[in-house]
Parts: sequence; C-alpha cells; structure tokens
Amino acid sequence: MITETYQADERGYYGDFGGAFIPEMLYPNVEELRSQYIQIMQEPSFQKEFNQLLKDYVGRPTPLYYAERFSKKYNTKIYLKREDLCHTGAHKVNNTIGQILMAKRLGKNRIIAETGAGQHGVATATVCALMGLECIVYMGAIDIERQAPNVARMKMLGATVRPAMSGSRTLKDATNEAIRDWINNPVDTHYIIGSVVGPHPYPDMVARFQSVISEETKKQLQEVEGRENPDYVVACVGGGSNAAGLYYHYLDQPEVGIIAVEAAGKGIDTGESAATSALGREGIIHGSKTLLMQTPDGQITEPYSISAGLDYPGVGPMHANLFRTGRGEFISVTDDDAMQAGLELSKLEGIIPAIETSHALAIFEERKFKPDEVIVINLSGRGDKDLNTYIDYFKL
Amino acid sequence: MNRIQQKLQENKKLLSLYFTAGYPAINDTMTILQQLQDSGVDMVEIGLPFSDPLADGPTIQESSTTALKNGMTTQLLFEQLKDVRKTIDIPLIVMGYFNPMLQYGVEKFCATCAEIGIDGIIMPDLPLAEYEAEYKAIFEKHGLLNVFLITPQTSDKRIRQIDAASDGFIYMVSSASTTGAQSGFGNTQSDYFERIDAMNLKNPQIVGFGISNSDTFQAATAFAKGAIIGSAFIKHITAHGANSVADFVKTIR
Repeated sequence: MITETYQADERGYYGDFGGAFIPEMLYPNVEELRSQYIQIMQEPSFQKEFNQLLKDYVGRPTPLYYAERFSKKYNTKIYLKREDLCHTGAHKVNNTIGQILMAKRLGKNRIIAETGAGQHGVATATVCALMGLECIVYMGAIDIERQAPNVARMKMLGATVRPAMSGSRTLKDATNEAIRDWINNPVDTHYIIGSVVGPHPYPDMVARFQSVISEETKKQLQEVEGRENPDYVVACVGGGSNAAGLYYHYLDQPEVGIIAVEAAGKGIDTGESAATSALGREGIIHGSKTLLMQTPDGQITEPYSISAGLDYPGVGPMHANLFRTGRGEFISVTDDDAMQAGLELSKLEGIIPAIETSHALAIFEERKFKPDEVIVINLSGRGDKDLNTYIDYFKL
Repeated sequence: MNRIQQKLQENKKLLSLYFTAGYPAINDTMTILQQLQDSGVDMVEIGLPFSDPLADGPTIQESSTTALKNGMTTQLLFEQLKDVRKTIDIPLIVMGYFNPMLQYGVEKFCATCAEIGIDGIIMPDLPLAEYEAEYKAIFEKHGLLNVFLITPQTSDKRIRQIDAASDGFIYMVSSASTTGAQSGFGNTQSDYFERIDAMNLKNPQIVGFGISNSDTFQAATAFAKGAIIGSAFIKHITAHGANSVADFVKTIR
C-alpha cells in the first residue's frame, strides 16, 4: 500500500501540480541543480554550515510564544512561531542562507533574485554580503517606488537593484526579469528564488530550507504541551514559503489541520484580489504547473493586495495540491480585516506584525476554534517595513 | 509530407521570419503573411502573444503587450487564419508559450491548427519530457511537427535526444540569450555552429536569436539550413509600418 503523501515526488509533482515548464535555455542550469540539490543538502559539511549559520547568524531557534491575551480574546490556545525575530526580520533568510551555500557548492559566483516588497531581496543581499558574492536583485519599478527603505537596505548591503520595467512592473515582472537574466548568464549565476514557486526543484528545495520552522515547532510544542502536533497550523500564503515551512513536517499527519490564508484584497469579487485558490485556474507560471489568476485566454493577470508580499498571481504547487485535495482549508482575508488584526496583535501582545502575517491573524473573527485546541500561527515577519502602510491606513 | 519537411528538402538556405500576431494593429496578420510570401520568405513563425514571455527580450515583449492590448486572443488568431491556405502556401508555424495553448485545450488547439493548415508548433516552455509523456500523441494525430530548441549549453547527449524526438528541424538558439539580444556573431558562435554541424544530426538546424541583417544571416547559414529573424523584423515594422515587409526582406538576401 502506498502511503498518501503531500510532499513532492521525484519529478517535482505535488499531485497534479509542479514540474518544470522551462525553455531549453534554462535546462542546463535547472538540471544541474535538480540532479544535485538533495545530495548537497544531505552532506554533513553542508548541514553543519547551514545549522551553524541559522543559529549564530539568523538567531535560531526562534521562540514558540504562547500568546496569552490574544488566545483569551478568541477563547482558544494560540502559539506564535516567531520568525519575525530572524535576522532581517522575516523567515525569508532561512532559504537564502540555504541557497547561498548551495550556490557556493555549485561553483557559482554571481547571485540573482527577484523581490516584491523587498524582504527576499534584503535577505538575498544579506547572505551575498556575508559570502562576498555579487548580488543583483530585480524589483518591479512600481515596488521600488513604494518600498524605498528596503531598496536602501539592499544598496547598503552592496547589491545592485535593477528595476523591472516590463508588464505591470511588480513581483511577477521582477521574476520574469530574473529568469531572463539567468537565460543570459547560464554558467556563473545562481538564481535564488524567494518562494516555493518556479520550476522543480525550487518548490521542494525552498520548502526543505524553510522546514526548519516546523522542525523546531515540533520540539517546542512537545516541551510546552507534551505533544508534537498542534490541532492546526496557520500561515499566510502568497507564493507560500512561510506556509510551506510551517506545514512541512505536518503535511502527512492528518490529525494536524492545515489552514492557508490568502489575501482577498478589497474582496474576492472586486477584481482587486490575490486569493489564488478562489480566483485561479490550473496553468503554467514561472515554470510550474499550478493554480494561477489568468484570463480565459491564458494571459496572467495582475493581483492586488495591500500587502506587497502576497500579491503574486500564482501559488506554490504544494499549496495548489493542498487546495485541490482538500488537505488544506483555504480562507481569504480582506485588506481591512488584516489591518485590524495587525493592530490588534500590536495592542494585545506588543508585537507589530508584517501585513502579510496580519492576514493569518485575522481568521479568528470568522473561524472559531475550541478552547482546548492548540493553534500554531507562523508569525512570518515583523511590521517595521510596513510602517508607512500602517501610518497611511490608521492615520497614525 | 508536411510542408515544413518539403521545404527543408529544397536546395537552398531558408529564410524564416517571426512576427507577433495582432501587432502593430489587430488585423495585420493576413497583410503581413501575404507580403512575407510575396517577398520570397520560405517559412513563417506566427507569434501568439503571451503576457509573460520569459524567453523574449524587450522588442518581442513590447509587441506582445501591444498585441494583447489590441485584443489578440488564441480564438481570434485562429479566426483570422481561417482561410489562410486559400492564398498562402509556405509553411506556417505557430510559436508561443504553453499556458495559452493549455487554456485553449491542447487537443482543440492542435485540431484547429490542423484544420487551418498550420504545419508546426514551437512552444519554448513545453519541455521534451512533458511533451513526450503527455502531448506527443496529440500533435502527431493532427500532423503537427513540434520544434525543439537547443542552445550552446545543451549537452551532446540531450541534443541527440532532441534530434530523436524531432521530425522536422531543430531550432538552434545562437547564444545564451533572450531574443533580440546581440548585434553580431563571434568565435563562440562559429565553434558552436561547427560543433553541431559535426554531429550529423538527422534533422536540419535552423538558427534563431540574434540574427538581424544580411551579415548575421550569412554567418548563421554557413553551416545551418536556415535562419529565423524575429526582433529585427518587428523593429522594422514598428518603424516603417505593416506594409513595409518587402523592404526588410530585401536587406537580408
């Protein structure tokens, strides 16, 4: 009997989703990575260096914090996995540390990345500075304007920020530009994708690097609750890397409920939304077969969310499969509800979350839990980068 | 025998042109095709525009964006081409990205192409493994040749696999680049052209990417069977209009 699994298979498929739909120009690079990534990740020297950097540089393990006042308000037991305390302010750095070590072992000396809000760009620029490698970050021209502090951070870290001028000039287009750069630089360059998207092996590789989140959660929950498994794990999903990290070791444990929170933007039916599971259809984006928002004719459309980290028109193939199989419960949260939840956590717990994370925190008004149920939310990032948005929204 | 296969047997170097359907104006498709044939072009790639053309440089990106703004869709292109075989007899290839084809339905897409008289398909982001596992039978049922790309970085082993899976020609990407990138060929290209020539593949090769004028056309076809021009042609019609096709072709040969 085959055990049901929600992990990727050898060809990089999660059920119907995944694969590597890439032009031949990318094949040698992607194949080089695909044929080696697992072996490299399992090398003791890699493990040692990765774990050491996560501990001494990133500041892991991050705490699993019991949010008492927040729990009391919603009459259930809510733990926050404090990825916001990672160096650079979000979980993104777990992946960039892993990938920079991978790039070095593959003999690459030039790093490219895409970024939306700038968090992944900063995390990539950071590890490039750490390792002394050249770093080029593609960022939509519109995002460069609205995320000036992160652009400045990347520059201070020695990275070159290149504006993506094509299409809608946001994350999707920055990703296109990074892929085009890789086509033009096939030998010396490694592309550090920031989420569990892109062609195989990226979704699986990034999920493995982020899986430290659930690995720690299991141990920490055992200490405080006497059990490794919570009743639910909850995370926001744009591309879905923080969610993949929190779900990873729970995917094949059916007793753990998986809740994915997408950005409804101004509302699912308003035309200004990023709720891919509700609005998307199966298709190909950035080399992966997954759910994505598109026109009937197959042109990829532009999503909207107040949170720059969630406005991606697709979703990682792992999450598409969780949705289609019903393994995951998908909830969408509007801009307004997310902003209120962010303010609420700030006041109740003294933690200002990233607006991405605020979406995950906003489910409790609608989705009720039992008093003795244990819920772990991935507090994926801190709100410093979003201060301007909070200021504008609340007229602070 | 398919029109592409027939054309490949002619004893000449083939000139093939790419244009984006729906550009510069939505109804230019047939006008451009007729001029291409009248100017002695051997084969045409009709570009089905896509919102996110990963393998293309700025020229084809911009023409695609304009074509989509003009209202081009898969359905509309097929309608425009409905009677194409009444006037056009050179081989026609539809080139695009896989997602629009997938949304239209691969079976329906291929059936419609066959009905119209399309001879081949180039989908750069439909890789060999996926094609063979899922779609080969459908393409073959409708008599459509699928054209694969190779690049200077493609290993000999993979080139042999692609050669075995191909039944028309191999699209030989001239350099590691997106479309429209460079202005000439250097030693890297000559070495690559010679290396591929020496492999004695069963399929002839047609070179694309970076061919923009008579010099690069000559260089590319020194070894290969033909060459494809895309971005340079689109730049020309952007500057001189959709009725200036013959002027461009004259500058190439």
